[in-house]
Amino acid sequence: MSDLTHLSLADARDALKSKKISAVELTKAHLGAMESARALNCFITETPELALAQAQASDEKLASGQAGPLEGLPLGIKDLYCSKGVRTTAASRILSNFTPPYESTVSGNLIRDGAVTLGKLNLDEFAMGSSNETSAFGPVISPWKRHGDPDAKIVPGGSSGGSSAAVAAHLCLGATATDTGGSIRQPAAFTGTVGVKPTYGRCSRWGIVAFASSLDQAGPITRTVRDAAIMLRSMAGHDPKDTTSVDAPVPDYEKAIGASVKGRRIGVPKEYRLDGISDEIAAFWDQGVAWLKEAGAEIVEISLPHTKYALPTYYIIAPAEASSNLARYDGVRYGLREQGRDITDMYEKTRAKGFGAEVRRRIMIGTYVLSAGYYDAYYVRAQKVRSLIKRDFDTVFAAGVDAVLTPATPSTAFAQGEQGSTDPVEMYLNDVFTVTVNMAGLPGIAVPGGLAANGLPLGLQLIGRPFDEETLFSLAHAIEAAAPKFDFPQPWWR
Amino acid sequence: MSVDSAVVRRIAHLSRIAVEENEVERLRGELNAILAFVETLAEVDVEGVDPIASVLPMQMKKRADVVTDGGIADEVLANAPVKEDHYFVVPKVIE
Repeated sequence: MSDLTHLSLADARDALKSKKISAVELTKAHLGAMESARALNCFITETPELALAQAQASDEKLASGQAGPLEGLPLGIKDLYCSKGVRTTAASRILSNFTPPYESTVSGNLIRDGAVTLGKLNLDEFAMGSSNETSAFGPVISPWKRHGDPDAKIVPGGSSGGSSAAVAAHLCLGATATDTGGSIRQPAAFTGTVGVKPTYGRCSRWGIVAFASSLDQAGPITRTVRDAAIMLRSMAGHDPKDTTSVDAPVPDYEKAIGASVKGRRIGVPKEYRLDGISDEIAAFWDQGVAWLKEAGAEIVEISLPHTKYALPTYYIIAPAEASSNLARYDGVRYGLREQGRDITDMYEKTRAKGFGAEVRRRIMIGTYVLSAGYYDAYYVRAQKVRSLIKRDFDTVFAAGVDAVLTPATPSTAFAQGEQGSTDPVEMYLNDVFTVTVNMAGLPGIAVPGGLAANGLPLGLQLIGRPFDEETLFSLAHAIEAAAPKFDFPQPWWR
Repeated sequence: MSVDSAVVRRIAHLSRIAVEENEVERLRGELNAILAFVETLAEVDVEGVDPIASVLPMQMKKRADVVTDGGIADEVLANAPVKEDHYFVVPKVIE
């Protein structure tokens, strides 16, 4: 085989099982790709020695017939997942020297199933951002280029921008990611990859650096829908260490790939046809509807009346939870410490130096909406509106809709510095189509649908019933099969 | 609602984040942009609506009240910026 990094995760798995390739060969190919792609800044920490040791162990297991479902498959791990004995930074200066003595449950599940871990992937600081420009370790550059604009550095989306760029650039077969308001699906859409935000509770949050605990969920980014199904099966499952993780069997999601979508009812929400949505995105959405119709699905117009309040609600609830979660970074037990004249001064200087501008801003907003006199007006009201947003979906699903189809993002990827430099809210609008899913705890998948006129990828989003990821995989696969094929970018970065 | 520079300084202190005097004005503008963005929630009729407690209809699981871990003080302290024996060290808090 000419280039092992061009295998899908499923094909690599099958080639390993049939002994056509070895895990060490496959891992070396990816380590080479990783080293030659440092210009993209996808990885914060590379762990080649660990990866090779894992690959050697995988080859032994493959030889002795004890291989796990992901045996020998090289993956990247978002640097929000704690890795035992490997520096874990959350892309923040405050954690720049933190080495966890434990492994997050989800990355541990992948390792249990035989995965090879290549290193820790860059992200927006504490997963707060939509372009990977807030990382304390520098922005990630997407492998994609806009037509006629070779110098523009395109963003890979965020917060899981290292994950999406590394998968699109063939540096790993798949990557872990996390999604609080769109941080898996938006970067997947920006890079022509597949991203799954599972139902809240499907994956354990234990050992993943917390952003907003009622919204955070782990999921995969891959190049195909089948690969995402394979990864999610290993990532998901009950964990006694996370009380919100659900004690329910994990289906073999791969079996949903190729299942008929005939007669499935697909809701198309009229409120997502925003004023100002571009003609290209609107036409692309219509195209997605047509693909599912041709595959036999039934299309119904639906109403989700509280859609326009989802993003403002998110920008109260997420910062509120973040301000509470990030209170732990105090310069005492781990992380950066700055000296102060007393303990309060030490806290304040440590946090001022350790957190970047976006993180400081969100902590302050969160502190404000939780503070005496504002709690009811902001936080409690937002929690009530969140009930209404969830009720919108409950109503639609109770009426027999199996899944909802929307665009994943309001635009294709933009270039560094083009958004949010004067007004933070401009950047927040990237999550306008994805954030409702987190508010309601539902599963969502972003699936590529081809390229826009500017040469950059376009993604569709499917939203499902709680714990019905299988239907999303079937529908996303139908879209993948119908959509025009495209090639990932040639490695100009080498 | 919008915040003035005194409120910015108060929020910063509650957040335990040091803010330089020359940052206050910029922060005030950014925080007010976000507050203006969320202002739209005031128009939603939330009469009789309960604040969401959980997205899933599930009971909080409780584990047996037994010791499952411990005796790992070295690991607990491994990442501490300043430590002495098995203690975290902080600036003096009691005069």
